[in-house]
Amino acid sequence: MARKPLLEMENISRVFPGIRANDGICLQLFSGEVLALLGENGAGKTTLMNILFGMYQPSSGSIRLRGKSPGRLSPTKALQMGIGMVQQHFSLVPSFSVAENITLGWKTRSNREMLRGVERKIQQLGAHFGLPVDPRAKVWTLSVGEKQRVEILKLLFTGAQILVLDEPTAVLTPGESQQLLAAIRKMVRQGSGVIFISHKLEEVLSISDRIVVLRHGKVVGTVDRSEADETTLVKMMMGHEPEPLALLPSPPRGLPRLEVKGLQVKNDRGHLAIRNLSLEVQRGEILGLAGVSGNGQRELAQALYGLRRVVSGSISLDGISLESGNVHQRILHRFSYIPADRKGVASCPNLSVRENLSLKKRLPPVRNGKQNPLIRTFSIQVASEKMPVRLLSGGNLQKVIVARELSAKPTFILADNPTWGLDIQTTGLVSRILREEAKRGTAILLISSDLEELFRLSDRIAVLFEGSIMGYAPPDRTYREKIGRMMAGIQGESGEDA
Amino acid sequence: MKLQLEKRLRLPRFAWFTVPLYSLAFAFGVMFFVLAFFYLGQEQAAGTAFSRSGFALVSLLSTPFSSWFGFFGSLTHMVPLALVALGLSVAYRVKAWNIGGEGQMYLGAMAATWGALFLFPGVSRPWVMLPLLCAMGLAGGAFWALLPALMKAFLRTDEIVVTLMLNYVALFWADFLVNGPWKNPAGFGFPGTASFGVSARFPTVFGGQLHTGFFLPLLVAVLLLLLQQKSAWGFRSRIVGDNPLAARYAGISVRRTGAMALLASGALSGLAGAVQMMGVQHSFQQGFSSGYGYTAIIVAWLARLNPLGILLVSFLFGGMQMGNSSLQMFHGVPSALTPTLQALLLFSLLGGESLSRFRIRWKKPGEVADHG
Repeated sequence: MARKPLLEMENISRVFPGIRANDGICLQLFSGEVLALLGENGAGKTTLMNILFGMYQPSSGSIRLRGKSPGRLSPTKALQMGIGMVQQHFSLVPSFSVAENITLGWKTRSNREMLRGVERKIQQLGAHFGLPVDPRAKVWTLSVGEKQRVEILKLLFTGAQILVLDEPTAVLTPGESQQLLAAIRKMVRQGSGVIFISHKLEEVLSISDRIVVLRHGKVVGTVDRSEADETTLVKMMMGHEPEPLALLPSPPRGLPRLEVKGLQVKNDRGHLAIRNLSLEVQRGEILGLAGVSGNGQRELAQALYGLRRVVSGSISLDGISLESGNVHQRILHRFSYIPADRKGVASCPNLSVRENLSLKKRLPPVRNGKQNPLIRTFSIQVASEKMPVRLLSGGNLQKVIVARELSAKPTFILADNPTWGLDIQTTGLVSRILREEAKRGTAILLISSDLEELFRLSDRIAVLFEGSIMGYAPPDRTYREKIGRMMAGIQGESGEDA
Repeated sequence: MKLQLEKRLRLPRFAWFTVPLYSLAFAFGVMFFVLAFFYLGQEQAAGTAFSRSGFALVSLLSTPFSSWFGFFGSLTHMVPLALVALGLSVAYRVKAWNIGGEGQMYLGAMAATWGALFLFPGVSRPWVMLPLLCAMGLAGGAFWALLPALMKAFLRTDEIVVTLMLNYVALFWADFLVNGPWKNPAGFGFPGTASFGVSARFPTVFGGQLHTGFFLPLLVAVLLLLLQQKSAWGFRSRIVGDNPLAARYAGISVRRTGAMALLASGALSGLAGAVQMMGVQHSFQQGFSSGYGYTAIIVAWLARLNPLGILLVSFLFGGMQMGNSSLQMFHGVPSALTPTLQALLLFSLLGGESLSRFRIRWKKPGEVADHG
């Protein structure tokens, strides 16, 4: 390629105590292309992007933007140089309007006229790129997909030419994902360069022009899309042949274990988030719960586990009525819960790995000089089990939580996005264990924003929309469109319910 | 070149040692100059002022080590300080902010006095009487913490305000009792109760310089250390203190844990009051505490809530309390010096802890500012 690269990263290394997170990484991004960054958890993707965005300084190596060295980068400077990053957690002010959020970081004070101008421009940009959003809407009223669009528009406003998107489709419906991918295509056609981080190979293959695969902090290879296919990419990422992920669902045994009847639950703002919801999870069944996040998944999960009061309705497990707000009772009845919020809810950051593993026993771990066997079973990578879990990577922390929850011989498992952000190997492990648990007769409710995962794991899929079940579908890709419609609130035809 | 603050990703390993050290050095450094200016204000020559300031500080700090009298005196002051601080640390570990150590101590002292003079004045065996009065003290302190504990658990009130205000209520009760129903008829009109009987006094050792109640804080510290590390209660408290959401997730009632911690905290403060009665005062008077309940807050934090650390810090603070009086006599320094120094120590430690999360970097002229 004779074109001049927008961005060159040369021999980037970054050493953390005990770990070489990045080891001599070279990478080029040209204008007009989508570069996918693939790698398992801990492969060094996040570190590399944090270096690009100026959050970390590289231990060695250099960065050149349009052929010139930018000097020492900081987040503000990166933004000025046209590097923009959309992270998994948005940084928007909920009580401000979309336009106000976009003008937030600007040096000039915003006035009414300027805001009107910005609002017009948001509409133009939105229409142009296919990222429609109401500029006057308050951000808290927006869906996750819309919030993400605001984040992207914010970057387009600053004139960012190098866009980094960190797992952008994890929070979107299939329809919204398509919309986003189309917008990305348009952006690169106008001369931007996009770095796209994702675990979903299918998506990576459909959107990117080139794919860079990282493993253990090194570039394993760069492939053009035309030469890439799923098997070779997985092999490159993992360094060996993957174990088969396709697991045949076991047939349900027909006895309901968890029964929910007429459940009503309020959200933090006091509105009903779950409206008259009823469902059953049977022995040995994995019921997948699809839905765009923000449709009551959080409130449903918290109410089922007893972290949130129930307004009305009943929950019972194996015929025993579960009291509203009584977590202890659920633990006694071996109700396991893998929450979506690993750091905030499911673990104590300053307690050790060992202590977090016995968090629910509520007794200090016995000191017998032996390592907790779960660390080996779940291949949790720790220097020492006395290490506080705040030092663990997201994937490793999730392994600790999953290990704790699944080792309790549960009768029912509530798993809220259990593989979110995990690498293929760990995802495979978690999936396999969930399936094995189902075979043992455990009932599992799997809440996931990843339809592929639901197809792969569940026996039935229920779709949640605005706090109610819109309908059911079999876990079959041919129902993808129907599920997508139900996720958007359009009733599926009756009679097709599984 | 410009200086710039940068957030540290991880604290360096030596921070647990250097941060308190630098904070102490800073506090004493400031105090040195404050004292020097105090002497300069008395129109002394600069050289004299600085050297006197140095001597005053050295004599303040060296009190416990300069004589047996100073050593045992410091230990005597250490007893109530350590007991209250140990109690407070129990609450602080679960983020229940008990500021009412002083009031709870008063209630403990009152309860012990009530027991010694009015409930069982006839008990003549010390090995019955002393544990009995200790139990009275524990109960009294717990009683004073009961109200904020219940209010915290059921009404979700802020325990800081309630415990703090109850300190004054306790003071007024003390005032009422020593001037009214409990006033010693043979006390020549002085506000105060009659003296405890011999069975209600801790025996003394080392020629009367130290009362045997001195072993109680040591015992309590070891007990707390064991409980924290080995017991379910200790583990639960650590979970609640580290992440209340995770505690709820693990089926632990955060409110009950907090309320129980407040009660335990109050009980230990009450014990401090009772021990002070039995060991030092031998009669209940107003103002017997000289602010131990407040100083203990500083002790608990300087020791980072570690039981053994509390023993060490309260010994040093006890020494300062001891040295303060001699300072007033021999160096002409106002007695407010010690509390000022103690507050300064706390502020520099807290400031040092938050500052240590940043590092200073020299910025080259060409660089763009990091934070706009």
